[in-house]
Amino acid sequence: MAKRVAIVATGQTEHAANRWDATGGELIGEAVRRALEDGGLRREDIDGVIVGNMDHFEGINGVEHWSIDANGGLLKPVLKLTTGGTTGSTLAVAGYHLVASGLFERLLVVGWEKNSESDTTGAITTAFDPVWDRLVFAGAVSGLAVEASVYMRRFGVTEKDAARAAVRDRRHALNNPHAHLRKEISVSHVLDSPMLADPIKALDMCPRSDGACAVVYASEDAAEKICPRPAWILATATRHLYSYLGDVQLYPLKSLEAASGEAYRKAGIREPRKEIDVMELYTPYSFANLSWMEALGLAGPGQAARLIWDGATDMGGELPVNPSGGVLSTNPIGATGLIRAAECALQIMGRAGARQVPDVQVALSTGFGGCMWSDLLIYGRHKPA
Amino acid sequence: MERVAVIGVAQTVFEARKEAETYADLVYEVADQALKDAGMDISELGNIVTASNDFLDGRTISSMAVGDAAGAAFGGGLNISTVEGDGAFAAFYGLSRILSGGYSTTLVTAHSKSSEGNPLLISNACFDPVYERALGLDFISAAALQARVYMERRGLSERDLAEVVRLNRAKGVLNPHAQVRREISISEVLASKPLAPPIRELDAGPLSDGAAAVILAGEDFARRRCSNPVWIEGVSLCADARMTDRQLWESAALRKAAQAAYGMAGIANPSDEIDVAEIYAAFSYQEPLWLEELGLGAMDKSRVNPSGGCLCAHALVSAGLVRVIEAVLQLRGKAANPAPEPRRALAHAQSGICGQSHCVWILGKN
Repeated sequence: MAKRVAIVATGQTEHAANRWDATGGELIGEAVRRALEDGGLRREDIDGVIVGNMDHFEGINGVEHWSIDANGGLLKPVLKLTTGGTTGSTLAVAGYHLVASGLFERLLVVGWEKNSESDTTGAITTAFDPVWDRLVFAGAVSGLAVEASVYMRRFGVTEKDAARAAVRDRRHALNNPHAHLRKEISVSHVLDSPMLADPIKALDMCPRSDGACAVVYASEDAAEKICPRPAWILATATRHLYSYLGDVQLYPLKSLEAASGEAYRKAGIREPRKEIDVMELYTPYSFANLSWMEALGLAGPGQAARLIWDGATDMGGELPVNPSGGVLSTNPIGATGLIRAAECALQIMGRAGARQVPDVQVALSTGFGGCMWSDLLIYGRHKPA
Repeated sequence: MERVAVIGVAQTVFEARKEAETYADLVYEVADQALKDAGMDISELGNIVTASNDFLDGRTISSMAVGDAAGAAFGGGLNISTVEGDGAFAAFYGLSRILSGGYSTTLVTAHSKSSEGNPLLISNACFDPVYERALGLDFISAAALQARVYMERRGLSERDLAEVVRLNRAKGVLNPHAQVRREISISEVLASKPLAPPIRELDAGPLSDGAAAVILAGEDFARRRCSNPVWIEGVSLCADARMTDRQLWESAALRKAAQAAYGMAGIANPSDEIDVAEIYAAFSYQEPLWLEELGLGAMDKSRVNPSGGCLCAHALVSAGLVRVIEAVLQLRGKAANPAPEPRRALAHAQSGICGQSHCVWILGKN
């Protein structure tokens, strides 16, 4: 019989542009130690480990084996998962399945990246088809710039609207001691920042961070013994739809629309805006904070900007989004999707400190990456039926 | 564990160089064939797990190249994930997705084309960039150290290992998927070019281009739809220390994985209770080493690697999943060198330098 599954402990490193003081293995060790301490667990209590990052950033093949001293997996089952930007959320989804299967009772899930060692755009470019896509349409920023252009053109959304969404995330990061960028910015700062790929400017875009995140998943047999108020997983969905950028429909984001539709159905959510209390979205650039809200069914087509300007997604608003400061403030890529899961878990546990949203019953996290792919998880305060 | 079966299997012919096919072509071939083998339409597929390696494919997010081919976009999109490592490890994750209650079936694919890259240089990237890489270690020179220390411990000669090659190559002649299908003599092995002493060219599995796929199904689906399901009785995996931090003549990780898998399957005496075994031995010395740690050292050699094993085709990422497939074919009575009325088969896979991780599958007919 399948088990119900909860997140019971989390650990994050200090995230920074360059963690000169730590190797990749040491970053992993820092997050793992913190997660185990958080759950009052020892390494022996863990049944298995899954690890993820993007190999070409650090140039290490077989990271799960290379990091065996740090990741806690010695003489245990260890798996490596990699799906690009969605790696962290793919890990979060895998943690659920592996524990729900009954094969593991307490599983450690680790995502990490040391972007300071990488040529991030150079590596991402190689994800795309060498014949059809790589020379014309590859990399992280340019594809998103096309998506933003389509969205602006179609609905009359402006760069200023997107800038307001960036301001929100960066302001929220002031409450998060783990955030990489902790400096408030204004709409005019964003508009005046250097152009990367029209209409995306430097402050519209996420940083590259060094960091790691570790999360302990437990089955219903162990969860409440480790954590008095665990974050139960209510639903997961993944949509890695496309191989070629030319196949992508740029509005609405189909992968997120499909993944959220499936997850809402599984979790019995009919009115997401009313029923979900907080969201941690993998929105790697400001425009995603607008158009992807529409894919999530939170606003009508072209209507998300109003939500942002009204402050509905700010702390204290109707549906706070990215209390952690989101991806625009912190982005150790292989960990980024898992940080979203850890932050949702902290919100459910009531342990999010200065970034806590009051009385969170239901939380939602997403992952984004690959060829405009999406993953999604929904968490609940109460054990699912 | 609830019952899960393997209901569909497929593998390409393995070749030194597949010039005409992309990664996606290879994955499409095996995904399509595995669905046909299972008698399924893609619309019935629950979810997908692919296995690949970014270094071998020369692409970051190597799964992106094969998602379409595996069916990721079908019908508005299927849930899909990717394991990096051997396909047998990906199948373990695929199994958990069925046991989690979310899906009735999982398609698992694995692919690689060693011909498009430099596998030695790529395996050097498995070593620590500061402490180990500059030594020039790669998967063959590291294996040579392991071979040397194991031969020393067990008093094995190069001729003993050449006999392992001879036996496997003789079996591989009948395997239509094998890359090399010619019998060779012990003296041919001993006369072949040294790669990293004591490993000679013919002691090493020939690197192959190719792909493999299986379809796993929960009990209801398997019983309803499949006339010859092969049931998963036990499965486990385990990771060891880096090669520089452990004794290479033994494998605590393999012992542990085997004990766990045997425990799940209720096996007390593996050499009596397992009728046929497919072992991922990338080099001749690995066959006796892994068999010993599996508790199968005394097993009759006619029941070990009837496919010819990895010494007849070694497709990185796929090779372990191919062992699972060959074990399934044995239990179906459809293998190239069928064992007499097997009821239970073992499939073994490894991953990492000198077998840092191992995965053990116990499959049965009942």
